[in-house]
Amino acid sequence: MAISIVLPRALYQYARGSNVVSLTDACPTVGDALASLASRLPAVTDRVLTEQGELRPHVNIFVGTESVRFLDGLATELPDGATLTIVPAVSGG
Amino acid sequence: MRSTSPISDGKPARGTTLLLVGTTKGAFVLASDASRENWNLSGPHFPGESVYAVAYDERNGRKRTLAATRSFHWGSTIRLSDDFGETWTGPERQTVRFPESSGLSLVQVWQILPGPADDPDLLWAGVEPSCLFESRDAGESWTPIDGLLSHEHRPKWQPGGGGLCLHTILPHPSDKRRMLVAMSTGGVYRTEDGGKSWRASNHGVRAEFLPDKYPEFGQCVHKIVSHAAKPDRLFLQNHWGLYRSDDWGATWHDVANGVPSDFGFCMQMHPHDPDTVYIVPMQSDQFRCAPDAKLRVYRTRDAGASWEALSNGLPQEQAYETVIRDAFTADSHQTPGVYFGTRSGKIFGSRDAGDSWAEIADSLPPVCCVKAAVVGGGRDR
Repeated sequence: MAISIVLPRALYQYARGSNVVSLTDACPTVGDALASLASRLPAVTDRVLTEQGELRPHVNIFVGTESVRFLDGLATELPDGATLTIVPAVSGG
Repeated sequence: MRSTSPISDGKPARGTTLLLVGTTKGAFVLASDASRENWNLSGPHFPGESVYAVAYDERNGRKRTLAATRSFHWGSTIRLSDDFGETWTGPERQTVRFPESSGLSLVQVWQILPGPADDPDLLWAGVEPSCLFESRDAGESWTPIDGLLSHEHRPKWQPGGGGLCLHTILPHPSDKRRMLVAMSTGGVYRTEDGGKSWRASNHGVRAEFLPDKYPEFGQCVHKIVSHAAKPDRLFLQNHWGLYRSDDWGATWHDVANGVPSDFGFCMQMHPHDPDTVYIVPMQSDQFRCAPDAKLRVYRTRDAGASWEALSNGLPQEQAYETVIRDAFTADSHQTPGVYFGTRSGKIFGSRDAGDSWAEIADSLPPVCCVKAAVVGGGRDR
C-alpha cells in the first residue's frame, strides 16, 4: 500500500499546491520515505531536513500519532499504508 | 510619514533613499526622497521570519534587493527582489548550502555584500556556522569558500551569544587577492591569495573571556570597518575593546579615547571621510544597553584619537536601548545620513552626519540590521 505524507500549509507551495503526497515505491523507513519525497519534491525536503540529512530541530514528523523523536528517528520502520504527518513544532519567538 | 512612497511605482527617482530594515519578524523598507525629511514604511516582508542581512545591488543595470530570511522551522535562504520589495523570489531549493562532506548545516546568513563594480555579478555572504560563500550570478546561487570551510582552526571556533557567525567581509579595494573577514568568535582572518588560505590576524585584540587575553585567535570581534581611500587602515569594535590598525589588520592598537564604554556591537564608517567613524557604546557585556540609559552615538573625526558624544534628538532618560552589529548604516549623499535601529524597534536617523537626530520609525519588531542605499548613487546633496 502507498505511504501518505501529509504536509503543513507552509509547504504546499513547494508541492505544487498539494497537501498530501502519495509514495508508491518501497519505503521501509521514514528516512526512505523522505528520500523518495526528495526525488520528487526536493524543495519540500530542503525545508524538513538539513544539508546533513537530519530532521530540522523545530520540525516534527509523526508516524500515525507518534513522533519519530520518540521512536527511532528517521530509522523508524513504516508499516504498509502508513501516514506520515510533517508539522512545525510549537516553538517560535 | 508620507502618504505616497517614492518606490510605490517601482521606478523611484534618482536620489531616492532607502533604508532596508531586517527584524526578528520580517523585513521593512523605509523610503524617502533625497531630502530624507519624510519616510514611508512598507512591509513586513516575510512576516514571522527573522532577517539578519539585507543588501542593495545596483551594478550591471540591476536594482536588486537581497534579504537573508530565516524561518524558525523551515531553514534559511537568500531572497531577491528587482522591484524594491514588491515581489520576491523564493528559490525552490535553498541556495546557500554546505556540502554534505563538511558535516555542517546552515543556520542563517549574517551578511550579504555586493562585490566590486568591475565584477558586477559577484557577491559574498557571511553565514553561521562561520563561513564565507560567494555568488557569481548576482545572488542566484552560492558556493562556500573552501579555504575557510576547511580551516584548521574551525573546530576551536566557539559561538558567541548570537551564534558562530561570520559577520564582516572587507575585500581590499585595490588588490582582489586580499580580503579580511571577522567572526564571533574566532576573530579576524585575512587572505592574500584570493581565499585559498587564511591567517588569523588578531595581534593586539583582547579576549577578555579567555585565560590567555591575547591568543592567536578566538577573539569575539563584533564589527570592522574601513574606507576605500585608506584601505589599509581599519577600525574594530570588539567584545570589550575599540581598536585601529594601520597595517591592514597585522597589528591593532587601542583607540578607546574618551568613550563611556569600549563594549559595543555596531561600527560605521563615514562614506566620504576616512577619519570619521561612528559607534554606539553599550554599558557592559552583562548589561547590553546604552550607558546610564542615555542613548548616545559616539563619533571620531580624527581616526580614533578622540570621540565626541552625539545626543541631539536622541532620548537621554530611561533609554535602555541596544544596537547590534549590523543595525547602523550611512547613506552616500554628499552630507550623509546616518541611521540606526534598536532592539526595541525604533529607527533613528540623522540628515547631517550625526549632528542631530530624529526618530523615523517606532514599534517595529527588534531590529537586526539596517542598510541604507541611494537609488542611482549619492553625493547629489
